Amino acid sequence: MSAQLRNFTGSRIFWPVVILVGLVIVDVIAFPGFLDITVKEGHLFGAPIDILRNGAPTLLIGVGMTLVIATRGIDLSVGSIAAISGAVVSALLLNSPTPDNPWTVVQAVGIALILGFILGVWNGTLVAYLKIQPIIATLILMTAGRGVAMLITEGQILTLHSKPFEWFGSGFIVGFPVAVVIAAVVLILTMLVVRRSALGMFIESVGINPEASRQAGIRSRGLLLGIYAFCALLAALAGLIITSDQTAADANNTGLFIELDAILAVVIGGTSLMGGRFSLIGTLVGVLVIQTLVTTVYIVGIPPVATMVFKAVVVIAVSLLQSPTTNEKFANWRKDRRRPTPTKAIEPKREKVSA
Amino acid sequence: MSNTVMERLPANAATRGTLSAGRRIITSPKYAPVLVTLGLFIAMFVSGGVRYDNFWSPQVLLNLFVDNAYLIVLAVGMTFVILTGGIDLSVGSVIALSAMICAKLLEAGVPAAGVIAVTLVATSLLGLGMGLMIHVFKVQPFIATLAGMFLARGLCYVISEASISINDPFFVSMASTRIPLGGSASITISVIIALLVVAIAFYVLHYSRFGRTVYALGGSEQSGTLMGLPVGRTKVLVYVVSGLCSGISGVLYSFYTLSGYSLTAVGTELDAIAAVVIGGTLLTGGYGFVLGSALGVLVLGLIQTMISYEGTLSSWWTRIFIGGLLLVFIVLQKVLTRRRN
Repeated sequence: MSAQLRNFTGSRIFWPVVILVGLVIVDVIAFPGFLDITVKEGHLFGAPIDILRNGAPTLLIGVGMTLVIATRGIDLSVGSIAAISGAVVSALLLNSPTPDNPWTVVQAVGIALILGFILGVWNGTLVAYLKIQPIIATLILMTAGRGVAMLITEGQILTLHSKPFEWFGSGFIVGFPVAVVIAAVVLILTMLVVRRSALGMFIESVGINPEASRQAGIRSRGLLLGIYAFCALLAALAGLIITSDQTAADANNTGLFIELDAILAVVIGGTSLMGGRFSLIGTLVGVLVIQTLVTTVYIVGIPPVATMVFKAVVVIAVSLLQSPTTNEKFANWRKDRRRPTPTKAIEPKREKVSA
Repeated sequence: MSNTVMERLPANAATRGTLSAGRRIITSPKYAPVLVTLGLFIAMFVSGGVRYDNFWSPQVLLNLFVDNAYLIVLAVGMTFVILTGGIDLSVGSVIALSAMICAKLLEAGVPAAGVIAVTLVATSLLGLGMGLMIHVFKVQPFIATLAGMFLARGLCYVISEASISINDPFFVSMASTRIPLGGSASITISVIIALLVVAIAFYVLHYSRFGRTVYALGGSEQSGTLMGLPVGRTKVLVYVVSGLCSGISGVLYSFYTLSGYSLTAVGTELDAIAAVVIGGTLLTGGYGFVLGSALGVLVLGLIQTMISYEGTLSSWWTRIFIGGLLLVFIVLQKVLTRRRN
């Protein structure tokens, strides 16, 4: 038991979980009914459900982003892709004579998702075949993508009236909001695929040393292409959920800064931006921390405008706690306390290989 | 890499003479992107003049400086950071924050000189904080400056949610004074400040130890350390420089708009990064010029000007053009550096 506990306290998601629990405790003190979940007409309601629902798009993108970051990459274009997919679906539904027909909605959603996938293939091609730095390769689509979304919506905010499409944002499946169910299914399926097959290992090895993994026979180019395409597909899906939730496509604001939230969630979850080891559960914890933080700011009565400041404080706190410098100091301090005479010589030094 | 160049140099010079020197400049990752940008700028300006009436006037050219003075200063700071192989995402928010600090302090009756001093010190300190996070705590530049971006934007909201207008006589005079340059052409004082910043940055990068260390860091941090260069100090200082430049940029921005508002300059960091890349700075660090970055800003400005002259094209085409241009330049950099390696 104590070994398990020590394992957990030593793991990368220990501090994020502590922060999450801390935030929930603050919430419960400020608002005793915080954890209450009520059932109305078979649907679940309550602050925890809201946190899950509002976090669903970020979690979807976070799952894709985790895999991308594990390959030592990054995808800045997810927000723009979400905006494009929202714009496409709205334009299609508005121009269709039968927006309430489920089949029309299925077609529109299908086209938006395929388009997202294609945009991901574009990103992946730049990264895997043209060998462009990921941050820059995806910066291109991040910049141009909002322009494309604006062209599709012709600069207007498109308001939607389509019952079947609204189901994405406000419907329920066995009591849970649809967005939450979609995000959970994607998370679980992705975890099964990467952990029950060798795929996860391939991703980590490409992230740790692309050249060595190539010599070991991993076809890293195809793998990279697939992962960027997968991330963009999830971004398009997130864009659909956001658009459905707001019943409007706003090319300027749909998914604005969501790439930052997603990257933040991944980093809080303990996946290093240097690539390699990744944790999808960590990303889930990261998303929950961010979303709970936003809710906490509201509940505690801090003016919502200060949310950004608190986000910054949490980012700084988490990254300083996870920093190798802090960990080394902390480890030394613990060692010194246990043994009065510090024996520096046997301390195993972790070598960091920089690229 | 510089080693192989050194070895090849005498042999090349002996066999091919001056012709190969010219070719080397054209195909070098150091000069070629800047030359392409310069060529592009001239081509765009010429074709603009052919296509539209009243385009070939000195004022159109000067307005590129007037409208983008703040962006030039911002790109200068970003160049320092990118030369070391880092990135600074906070600059857009810092512009908003410094404009906000200016507006709020002026409203409280603080004299203009004091206001500007406080603003520049505050933004430099923010840069210092990010630099220390990156160097001492080994936080990725991306994450550290992302935190800076959130913090600066959040502080804007804390100062004031509503827009604050500036009525201070000094700021108003900075906004309205035009310096005539013969004929009907004129520039603003902001342009002079921006050009001054470019000149100082040029001097620092090419003629000071700090500048040489910045280039060395971008080439290879490990080599820099082994050579005994002050790696840590330089790494922190580039973020201070970027913070200071963002502060100056914010002050210029408040001269330009005469107000402080929390939501201004959203996404300006992307424009600055794009200008630096188009200006020929290698994103992995080591190669690049501040003059190139300034030229990159002018190209972005020219795109905007041409789209407004075109009239039929909607303004969101700007973003698509900038994205396309980024792609071209990144592929160009790739081709050039691959040939060298």
